[in-house]
Amino acid sequence: MTQPFTIVTGIAAPLLLDDVNTDQITPAQASRSLHPDYAAAWFSRWRLDAQGNAVPDFVLNKPHYRDAAILVTGENFGCGSAREGAVWAMVARGIRCIVARSFADFYRANCIQNGVLPVVLAGDAMPRFETLVQDVAGRAPFTVDLQAQRVTGPGDQHFGFAIDAAERTLLLEGLDDIGLSLKHKTEIDRWERKTASEQPWLQAIPS
Amino acid sequence: MTEPMPATLFSKIWDAHVVAQRGDGKFLVYMDRNMLDEVRAPHVFARIEQQGLRLRRPDLTFAVQDHSVATRPGRNDTTRPDSTDIIRATRQAAHTHGVRLFDLDDPEQGISHVVAPELGMVLPGATHACADSHAATVGALGALAFGCGSTELEHILTTQTMALARPATLRLTLHGRLDHGVTAKDVILHAIARLGVDGARGAVVELTGSAVAAIPVEGRFTLCNMCTEMGARSALSAPDDAVFQWLAGRRMAPRGAAWDQALARWRTLRSDDDAIFDTELDVDCAGLEPQVTWGTDPSQSIGISAPVPDIGTAPPGREAAWRRALDYMALTQGAPIAGMPINRAFIGSCTNARLTDLESAAAVLRGRKVAPQVHAIVVPGSMTVRREAEACGLDQVFKAAGFEWHESGCSMCAGGSGARANPGERIMSTSNRNFEGRQGRDVRTHLASPAMVAAAAIAGRIVDVRPMLEGRP
Ligand code: SF4
Repeated sequence: MTQPFTIVTGIAAPLLLDDVNTDQITPAQASRSLHPDYAAAWFSRWRLDAQGNAVPDFVLNKPHYRDAAILVTGENFGCGSAREGAVWAMVARGIRCIVARSFADFYRANCIQNGVLPVVLAGDAMPRFETLVQDVAGRAPFTVDLQAQRVTGPGDQHFGFAIDAAERTLLLEGLDDIGLSLKHKTEIDRWERKTASEQPWLQAIPS
Repeated sequence: MTEPMPATLFSKIWDAHVVAQRGDGKFLVYMDRNMLDEVRAPHVFARIEQQGLRLRRPDLTFAVQDHSVATRPGRNDTTRPDSTDIIRATRQAAHTHGVRLFDLDDPEQGISHVVAPELGMVLPGATHACADSHAATVGALGALAFGCGSTELEHILTTQTMALARPATLRLTLHGRLDHGVTAKDVILHAIARLGVDGARGAVVELTGSAVAAIPVEGRFTLCNMCTEMGARSALSAPDDAVFQWLAGRRMAPRGAAWDQALARWRTLRSDDDAIFDTELDVDCAGLEPQVTWGTDPSQSIGISAPVPDIGTAPPGREAAWRRALDYMALTQGAPIAGMPINRAFIGSCTNARLTDLESAAAVLRGRKVAPQVHAIVVPGSMTVRREAEACGLDQVFKAAGFEWHESGCSMCAGGSGARANPGERIMSTSNRNFEGRQGRDVRTHLASPAMVAAAAIAGRIVDVRPMLEGRP
């Protein structure tokens, strides 16, 4: 059961790179603990140098972006490993919405599962939006309204976005995905019985 | 009577596994086999328990310790102190939930994507869910496999289905005759270079064409494995006689009359002649050279005799990314890639650590020695592969050449097992991702085939393997 997503208002931080992969968002080493500190792992290779000191030039280290709730980024965001920690790290850091030119499939699915809204702006609005985010530079908040499917920036600049209806409902209502599927238990039972007789090798494994 | 609509291989498997359509429009697709690893298992099992749910089919579910286990001979739970907790938690959870675990000391332990097909756990026409992005590896058997995240895995384990939107289809035809010394890895690196890291995003890729047919089954795993690096949702190829032969007699494969019955069905598993794909692409592999990556994503690869490309030739909008990649890799545009000195050689991973991969590396290594400054390791994809390799003496070839002969696991692929390089080091690696920091902070990874990695280990620098193969198989 995810937290419902309604309206998020917060600072938008620009990480204007393409193909940011999940090894960069959370290095694999972070996942070897039973209770990983995802907030610490978040972009750790870029935020911190080999000695563990903050890299001042890295955009997400800039003081005015530190409390961002909205991450703005490039093409194919979240490519690579399917690790969900790369989304949990966003949640741990208070990022509730990611506006990207495009998303990698696994990452997008993991966002939806965790109440993080993946936004791809309608039409060719993205360059204009990126410029606005850079110009505002954390001085004023942006508002993401999932109900209205709209991002609003300072000066009442609006940017619309499309989202799959099922995903929108899931995010808005925080629906219970497993519960939704378990309503079909009878059909699952029936499928198993039919397969057990037609393709028995699929339903039973020789020991 | 009307003819049935021509169907793709994908839709034949998909349609046969759709159990229902949910109220929200998603399809519930039955998963015949599930697999999970120790990086996800403790969390996922704990969540299932917290919700008061239980596994629907523990008998169709398997767990494996692969990502974070040490691979040095004689390893145990504590060889890597920082993974001890998840290894033990996985063991405990698998026991509690009645799931067969391929544990550290199990003779069938290995990387999930190597273990699942080699035991015949995954079969042609079957669906497979694995909580890892390279699940599609097993598509080479004509199975439909989906990777997933941890929360999706809770759903899969408790309902034995995945809730999915129907993905788009993409047929990728690879044609052209491959020269001696050119392998599946070279073919797929070339295809990714042509199509880009998001060239197949969200699609189920069917691999076909003369180059695919000519590649042995184990090489087809390499092809399907790396379709992930083009953003594919899944990948598969139609099973042929080579696949059926490869599968026959595997421990979990059907036997006797069940085998015959299955085989009759499996022979129908191919796209009909007039089947329509959402996208059709083709890549010519004739005259292809052995490939090696120069950058920090798998699409940044070139033939071994080509120079490191000029930033000016980057696809539109990619100039900055290319500059960043060259910088990270400490390479100069226009300079040859051949001749770059390396520090390490890694033969392993779910991409290239099956028996045929080890054989092709050994063909290069026989009677030769690893350059003194190179640290070289070989990590078989599974303990089964390791045993088979030992039975034909490959371990002796590797050891005599100066390679460390490891137990199985992901090892250096993601730096997860403590086998990690030092900052600034350059590795020739048979794995699938050359991302910044993947094999350790500031480590420079060059992806290539097992034969190319073996050749580089001998030469101490990146070289064309082909002259070393003259007069060899
Ligand atoms: S070998 Fe590498 S790519 Fe394959 S499953 Fe392990 S970590 Fe992932």
